[in-house]
Order: sequence, then structure tokens, then C-alpha cells
Amino acid sequence: MVQDNDRQDASGPMIRFQKVKKSFGDVHVLRELDLDVATAERISIIGASGSGKTTLLRILMTLEEPNSGVIYVDGEPLWHKKVNGELVEADEKHLRKMRGKIGMVFQQFNLFPHMKVLRNVTEAPIHVLGTPRDKAEARAKELLDMVGLADKMDNYPSQLSGGQQQRVAIARALAMQPKVMLFDEITAALDPELVGEVLGVMRQLAHETQMTMLIVTHEMGFARDVSHRIVFLHEGQVLEEGPPEKIFTNPDHPRTREFLSRVLEH
Amino acid sequence: MVTFDWEFAWEILPQLLEAMVVTIEATVVGFAFAAVLGLLLALGRRSETWWISRPAGAIVEFVRSTPLLVQLFFLFYVLPRYGVRLPAFVVGVIGLGLHYGSYTSEVYRAGIDAIARGQWEAATALNFSQRHKWTKIILPQAIPPMLPALGNYLVAMFKETPLLAAITVVEMFQRAKIISSLTFRPLEPYTLVGVLFFVLSFPSALLIQRLEARFGTR
Repeated sequence: MVQDNDRQDASGPMIRFQKVKKSFGDVHVLRELDLDVATAERISIIGASGSGKTTLLRILMTLEEPNSGVIYVDGEPLWHKKVNGELVEADEKHLRKMRGKIGMVFQQFNLFPHMKVLRNVTEAPIHVLGTPRDKAEARAKELLDMVGLADKMDNYPSQLSGGQQQRVAIARALAMQPKVMLFDEITAALDPELVGEVLGVMRQLAHETQMTMLIVTHEMGFARDVSHRIVFLHEGQVLEEGPPEKIFTNPDHPRTREFLSRVLEH
Repeated sequence: MVTFDWEFAWEILPQLLEAMVVTIEATVVGFAFAAVLGLLLALGRRSETWWISRPAGAIVEFVRSTPLLVQLFFLFYVLPRYGVRLPAFVVGVIGLGLHYGSYTSEVYRAGIDAIARGQWEAATALNFSQRHKWTKIILPQAIPPMLPALGNYLVAMFKETPLLAAITVVEMFQRAKIISSLTFRPLEPYTLVGVLFFVLSFPSALLIQRLEARFGTR
């Protein structure tokens, strides 16, 4: 049990990581990671593979459980529940409530292959949020239109290109109206010529919504354009963070410089 | 040399067809039981609760490691001593269902394991309930590729229904035995039984091959 010293309120950050540790066997992926993300802030998390970027998102999406530390989302502990002022391990009910605040888009799209595009987008609003079918479908059509796929709603995912599938996945996550969206290397599995269409949707999204976004990406130009802040992870900790102009042009830490020189060469 | 008496065969055919209904009933009901039980056992084995997963695993291993005939005798002759008296047909169906349920549970297990982790994760990220995840996301994807394997067990079970004769169920084989002992003519009834089994199982096997081709699994 952990004492809940740091009470969150409405003015606090949307997301707060407090000394979060995660290891897989002997591999320490996150080492007492601290990170705050403000409401409506868009951050890009960069770093070498194995630096803990994806794990950070997966812990937020409750796909991995941290070994220790506390995470707050929208003022409430994510993996804990308050009982008489003390934090105890969260039960499934609490996790489900918290998951409602968060959406995620995956590297591998993970669309449901047995459902048509429209149903991929409406299934969760109808069955999780209880949205009436006609409203859910109208909303899904708007979202599919936004990602440029209104004409594909009666197709199965396998009939779409990777870029199209990923755009459906974005629409599907948005349909749940989460407060926080997590994007986990969403262009990494795409053929190079399909990266642009997905990033285009992302740029549009960044400009049109006030959602808090955590973006893990290797697309540095994109990160620079859409992010309020860049977070450089190194060996499971935030080594350096700051506005994109600063991080990409004049980073303080030699490791950041080294990493950027390697990825920007390409 | 005994020659095949077509007239006699024609005469006994209606009796065998009547008994074939029992064979088919036992297969259909037994397999429905096996299909449901197999799923429950597979889900049970995956349970995080040890007092569900361990017994489910034990049942599967035990039933798969013992002969169906012994199981049928146990259910039919031993259980009544403890006050459980059931009609022979019901015992037969339970025996077939239990035996094949332990096999189909492995089919379900493999089929469920074949679903990519990303599907589970997307379902979690979209906040589906556990029930919705299983019934609408995982099983609808997992079951179609299992159909050929389940079909093979269905045909295998069909061909094992003559074992029910050992616990007095008058299915097709038992009927042939009765005819043979009353008329002293084993050739026609047993030949007809073989032909009738073939007529039903061979097209089923072909159908399963087509399913296999469709789902690309073996």
C-alpha cells in the first residue's frame, strides 16, 4: 500500500507518472519514471528501442501492470484505488472506469478482421458506452469521413491497405471520445508510401481537437510539427524534455544529441 | 461359400435404417454436448483461478487417457450402484460427449491461442467487458478455423457409436448383431452397416476437406 500524499485536483496534470518502475524479468524497462502531461498537451516520446517508450503507453492503457509507483489519469490513480485515503491495488471495475478515459492506436492496427469497417468503429460505442446504434453509426460515418474513408465502411479490414487500416483504427479509438489518446509507433508497420496519409490525419487531428495526446514515434519531422513538447527517454527515465525547437536544434544532453544525429541521418 | 442374398438385405434394410436414426441421434446430441463441454473445459483451463483451471486440466487429461469403452461401462454399470440410474441412450450420449469434449477442448485451446495478442489488446483498449471480448471478438475469429478439426472429431465420434451397443443401446450395429444372431446370417447385416456408415462418413470427410481448404489449416 502506498500513502496517497499527492492529491490530484482538476487543475492538476491530465497524466502523472510518479516513480513508476517496470521490469520484465531482469530487464528494467522503466526506472522510477516521473512524467507529467498537461490537459490538452501533445507530447511525443522519442528514444532508442528498449528505452521504455512503448511500455509507458502500454502501462497507461492497462496492458502492462507497473511493478511500483503511482500513475494518475485525470486526477485519479490508474492502477490503484483509494480506500480510506490509502491506495490499494485497483480491481477490474476500477480499471474499466479508468480505461474509458484512454484510447490507443497500435503499431499493428489490430482492427477486428471479422467485422466490417463501420462495425469496427461502432462496436465499442454501442456496447461499452451504450450509444444508440443510429447515433453511433452517424458519428462513425463522420469520423470515417474525417480520416477519408467514408467510402470503405462496408469493406472488411483485409480489403484495405495498411494506411487505410490504420486510419480506421484512429477513427475507432476516437469514437470512444477518450480524454487521452495514445499512439504507439502507428506508422512503423506501414510501407513508406503509406506513412504520409496516416500522418496527414494525425496533423489534422492535432489541429482540430483538444485531446491530450501521447505519441511514440520515429517520425521526427512529424513529432516536431504536432507536439507541444518532446520527451526523450533513455534507459527507462526521462533524460531530457522540452519544446520541439529546443530538443531538435539544441538539446542539452549528449545522449539526446547522439540519438537525434542517428535518426535524422536517414 | 456364402453368397450375398440381396433379397434378405432388402428385407432387413428398414430395420437398420430405423436403428441408424438412433446412431445419428447419439452422434448429434453427443457432439453438441462435446462441443459445449470442450469450450467450457478450454475456458476453464485458461482461468486464473486455480480451483477452476486445475480440475478442468485434470478432467481433460484423465478422460483422454482412458478408453471410451471403459468410461461407458463405468457410467452404465458402476454409477447405478451409487443411485445414478439413467437410460442407456442417455449414458451413451454423456459418455461420448465427455470423451470427445476432452478432445475438442484441445481444439478450442489451440484455436484461441492462435488469436493474435493485438486482438485482445485492442479489445481491452476499447474497454469491452470480458464477456463481450469472448463472445464478439475472440471466439468469432477463433471458431471458423477450428471447424475442420471439430468436423474430424464429429466423424470419429460417429464411427465410435457402435461402442454404445456394449451398454445395450440398440443403434445400427446392435441391430445388425441382433439380426445376425436371429437369422444366422452375419454377411448381409454387417455389410449393410459398413455401407451405411460409409455413406454418411465419406461425404462428411469430403466436406471437411473443403473446409480445410477454405481455412487453409490442417
